[in-house]
Amino acid sequence: MAVATVIEEQKDKLDKTALITGSEAIAVACQLADVDVITAYPIRPYDTVMQYVCKLVANGEMDCEYIVAEGEHSQFEIVKHASACGARVFCGSSGVGWMYAMEALTVTPALRIPMIAMVGNRALDDPGAFGVEHNDALAVRDLGWQLVWVDNAQEALDTALIAYRVAEDRRIFLPLAISCDGAFLTHSQALVKIPSQEKVNEFLPQYNRGDLLLHPDNPITVAPQGNEDWVMEIRRQNYAAMERSPGVIREAYADFERIFGRSYGNPFFEEYMTDDADIVLMGMGTLSISVKVAIREMRKQGKRVGFVRMRWFRPFAAEELSKSLQRFAAVGVIDRDYSFGSPYAGGVLAGEVRHALYPGPGKKPPVVGFICGLGGREVTVPDVQKMAEAVYNAADGKKQPLTQWIGLRE
Amino acid sequence: MATYVQIDPTQKLDPFKAVKKIPLEEYFTSGHRTCQGCESALVMKMMAKAAGPRTIVLGSTGCMYVANTTYYSTSWVLPWMHTQLGSSGSAALGASAALKVLMRKGKMKQEPINVIAFCGDGGGADMGVGAISATLTHPDYNCLILMYDNESYANTDIQLSGSTPWGANTTFSTPGKVKRIMHRRWKKNMAGMMAAGHPTCRYVATVCMSYGLAAMNSMRKALAIGGPTFIHSLDPCPKGWDYDPYISHELGELAVNTGIWPLYEVEDGVLKLTGRTQQIAAKKIQRQPVRDYLLRQGRFAHFTNDDIDYFQSKIDEMWEKWLVPGVIPFRTDVEADAPPSS
Repeated sequence: MAVATVIEEQKDKLDKTALITGSEAIAVACQLADVDVITAYPIRPYDTVMQYVCKLVANGEMDCEYIVAEGEHSQFEIVKHASACGARVFCGSSGVGWMYAMEALTVTPALRIPMIAMVGNRALDDPGAFGVEHNDALAVRDLGWQLVWVDNAQEALDTALIAYRVAEDRRIFLPLAISCDGAFLTHSQALVKIPSQEKVNEFLPQYNRGDLLLHPDNPITVAPQGNEDWVMEIRRQNYAAMERSPGVIREAYADFERIFGRSYGNPFFEEYMTDDADIVLMGMGTLSISVKVAIREMRKQGKRVGFVRMRWFRPFAAEELSKSLQRFAAVGVIDRDYSFGSPYAGGVLAGEVRHALYPGPGKKPPVVGFICGLGGREVTVPDVQKMAEAVYNAADGKKQPLTQWIGLRE
Repeated sequence: MATYVQIDPTQKLDPFKAVKKIPLEEYFTSGHRTCQGCESALVMKMMAKAAGPRTIVLGSTGCMYVANTTYYSTSWVLPWMHTQLGSSGSAALGASAALKVLMRKGKMKQEPINVIAFCGDGGGADMGVGAISATLTHPDYNCLILMYDNESYANTDIQLSGSTPWGANTTFSTPGKVKRIMHRRWKKNMAGMMAAGHPTCRYVATVCMSYGLAAMNSMRKALAIGGPTFIHSLDPCPKGWDYDPYISHELGELAVNTGIWPLYEVEDGVLKLTGRTQQIAAKKIQRQPVRDYLLRQGRFAHFTNDDIDYFQSKIDEMWEKWLVPGVIPFRTDVEADAPPSS
């Protein structure tokens, strides 16, 4: 009895470890962040997060308005307005569901709404596919959304806490989407360290809407007609907020390390075995797992291959990445997405990497693009080895297509 | 049951006893650029007055967004926020949910605050009907959704909506050399649909600003009763209906007196016809012929006598054949429908 009382009293101070999925990790982050309004609508695979939220609410472990909407458009519109009225909000979707909400997604950044959304990345139907592709989240890349990709459940939980800290910073006030690969992360369990409420409270201040609060005490008019008179200046303010984002992200990761004792190194991209690498592969999300396994195999054969996993796609750490990539003889970019008709018919990330390299001083390594793992198809170790071969060929100056589809049934 | 639904207290908003009891303070004031004779602007003005200063207003895209809020010259004294065309229901729900949870958690001072989301007929009867319907099923969020119905997409150039009357000339249903009637759909029965389809919604009403005091008292009741509520206002529109602005009020009266626009409220499931409509139903006054209403408007100028007769027959049906006259179009027998050839 006495012991139980002590545990109860210490509850907020204790860290825990639990075997949970990526989706559940984000639900736990919402609980720790004391989110006020959450809206759900079913679509696989992101919806698992809302199933966990539902249980937390039903069990009295979380106090929030948990609203099941009648479509994704409403789902995002409801939390948009709740956030304008001062509530911390959470939302999410997948694939075509995310696209159904597109109108709401487009207006949210300009309204300076720090909405946090989880995208359980999923291929855009048709044809029907539940598996991962990144085109859903990438569809908002130009609009003022901050976009981050994670590759494990621990990182999902940690990044969700960081997301609230960054998005709700008054210097930013921009929405943020956390991308979790469908099935590979949303439905895969791992041991996750759940931080104490006390630490989370130290890390994450309350959401303060300040002078933008929609309330009778602050009777402002939000989003009137701007037209050619003012829209350009307002866009410029969005631009400035996004330009401030990298600094705020760095601060948040530094504080995260100080308070939680876990470090992510460079927040923007993770480098794996790059110190002595001849060539590197790049990619986002859970394909990192098979890439890392393949790299360890290839290194046994003396091939010095490294890997760069992009976490933050918006803001995009172009200068830093460009500086890092100049160390290598060639770069291979694995896209789990497509951009038909784009320069060199490449994927979205490949285009961004070439773009990042172009203005930089110093040498520009050749960049080969790969389209791989579409529709949830696995990116296998032999696929990765094949891609590394092509990158070596590029380093040797051999002629080959700038974009190659890997793992395709011929 | 009661323990599952937790309705926060609402403001005490007693009906105004007479026009002279209406406060002078304006919460929707100068700065807008609506047309002369715009009845929807009057709806906004009276809605803001009826609700009072402790109110949040969400406005979906439409005339009452585009014409009312120009950056640096807003006409809103109340806190106001734009919402997307089809999102009035979601906007009301989101704002109401935020107030509820923030007050419960002690993050915001406890106080009943009115939440009103308005939409036009395009935003409400067309694009936003799903979201409005969803919101009306949430019993524990206090909010009013007000649809101001000028019977077309009047801000974008007068295109037909699901709420445009049969046969009307709009820029998407312009009569031509071969086809006279390009719009062959009957107006959606939005208030009836909302009342019949949402059994836990405590208040649905139709209003018309030609009867301003009654409309304001309807709004006050909708805000005070608790839970989500819906009001449908018919707003004559000089630009869209093509008439001289000075007859706006008169057209509103004609819409009611011809029986085309029934005034009623459904409170806790109890239907009450109101105003002139009540007198029509009780046969204390006779319905005026629809001809008197139609021929005052340019949008019906292409109507033949057959068209007018057909229109009249549909209104007669509404009063003589509907099981709930003027409100719910269920019948006991199948009726043949024979519109004139277009």
